[in-house]
Amino acid sequence: MKFAYYPGCSLHSTSKEYNISTRRVCRDLGVTLEELPDWNCCGSTPAHSTDHLLSIALPARNLAISEAIGMDLVAPCAACFNRLKTAQVEMTENPRLAAEVNKVTGMEYQGDVQVFSLVDVIVNQVGLDNITPLVKRKLSGLKVAAYYGCLMVKPPKLVQFDDPENPHFLDDLMQGLGAETVEWPFKTECCGGSLSVSRTDIVVKLANDILGMAKANGANCVVTACPLCQVNLDLRQKEAEKMYGTAYHLPIYYFTELLGIALGHRPAQLGIDKHIVDGVNLLSEQGLAS
Amino acid sequence: METINLTRLGWESQDFVRRVEAESEQNVRSCYQCGKCTGGCPVAFAMDVPPRQIMRMLQLGMQDEVLKSSTIWLCASCTTCTTRCPREIDLARVMDVLRGIAREKGSIGVPEVAVFNDTFLRSVKNNGRLHEVGLIAYYNLRSKHFLHDVLKAPVLFFKGKLKILPGRIKKVQEVRRIFEHTVQAGRERA
Repeated sequence: MKFAYYPGCSLHSTSKEYNISTRRVCRDLGVTLEELPDWNCCGSTPAHSTDHLLSIALPARNLAISEAIGMDLVAPCAACFNRLKTAQVEMTENPRLAAEVNKVTGMEYQGDVQVFSLVDVIVNQVGLDNITPLVKRKLSGLKVAAYYGCLMVKPPKLVQFDDPENPHFLDDLMQGLGAETVEWPFKTECCGGSLSVSRTDIVVKLANDILGMAKANGANCVVTACPLCQVNLDLRQKEAEKMYGTAYHLPIYYFTELLGIALGHRPAQLGIDKHIVDGVNLLSEQGLAS
Repeated sequence: METINLTRLGWESQDFVRRVEAESEQNVRSCYQCGKCTGGCPVAFAMDVPPRQIMRMLQLGMQDEVLKSSTIWLCASCTTCTTRCPREIDLARVMDVLRGIAREKGSIGVPEVAVFNDTFLRSVKNNGRLHEVGLIAYYNLRSKHFLHDVLKAPVLFFKGKLKILPGRIKKVQEVRRIFEHTVQAGRERA
């Protein structure tokens, strides 16, 4: 299984550990990732908030490069995935828009690229049946709140996998790896990612609500598939605790990190030592850090 | 809220809703005010006008009230409203269009969000990718929130997560071309 790999800007900076753990687990699972040559930023929310054509043309350049090297595209970041998929779908459904976009990019994208999120590739294409035999240690003792956020599962017409209100693919994966998952109502509550810098006050409140709900339902950690969610809940956790007089100490893991632990890697090999809220102690306590 | 004179709003102000419908490709007038959008909106608590009321104001052609609201800038684009709308209106897309028109009219309810968006896009145009240190530094300067998040930077730096200098893609001229043919061309047209 081979894909053009679109890490996106976050995985080269604030979410380095998502990049490190993605590459490591994909190697174990026989998924070959070839980084998309000279990829550019998808434009994220600032682009679609500013100009529709810009928001399609920025990802379209990446689609055109992917098509030129003859590979489908995989993106670990929920926001990148959402924007790349939006461009792909809109250009397929609207030939007039596609022609306009090609004029803007100066590239001839024909529409032959499929866009996948990494979690979709791992859960549905590799599949749990092929992952469980590779598990070297069960994630016993972890009580995981699987947090999907918004852009991985919404809008359903676009992303087309799982239930947008009560998704379960991350829960299935974590249970398959031997972890316990908690039932909780905030699986897809938005963390306010796009307002993280401009309206930190709003984001700290949303983070506090999400962390509080995870804790109240018995979780001892949170797992996510989105770098914006991870950074908000990890980086803003102390601020939330201070502002609301609470104490969570909840490690926020990427699903690839916990998958890597189950496949036998040490935390530092997966970048877990780079978290702001310590993510190694909990694993050590459960005998999962060696 | 002040009294609304429906006769004054009349047919002329319907030009506004027609434009929003055309640019967003959404049938705003089919909204029957059920309120699911506001019910599920994670940021409604901070908005001056809830999303459902924005939809009603659009139907009534209340251009100024809609464009000066904080709502259109605080919308986090999570698409929960879009997902749940029983009339299948993509409200998140409507909000995108409203931000564009608000900018054109110089009516920006939450300047920090507009400054953030501009700063982000400036970094992408210059480098082809986002440079986070440059983003925060320039945002703090432009928004005059000089000390915002400065205590976060050393932590992230020592975790090896922040690069002081931006990395530039090889064919950055291809990305600049996209900007020149879209957002810049659009502003000149407007």
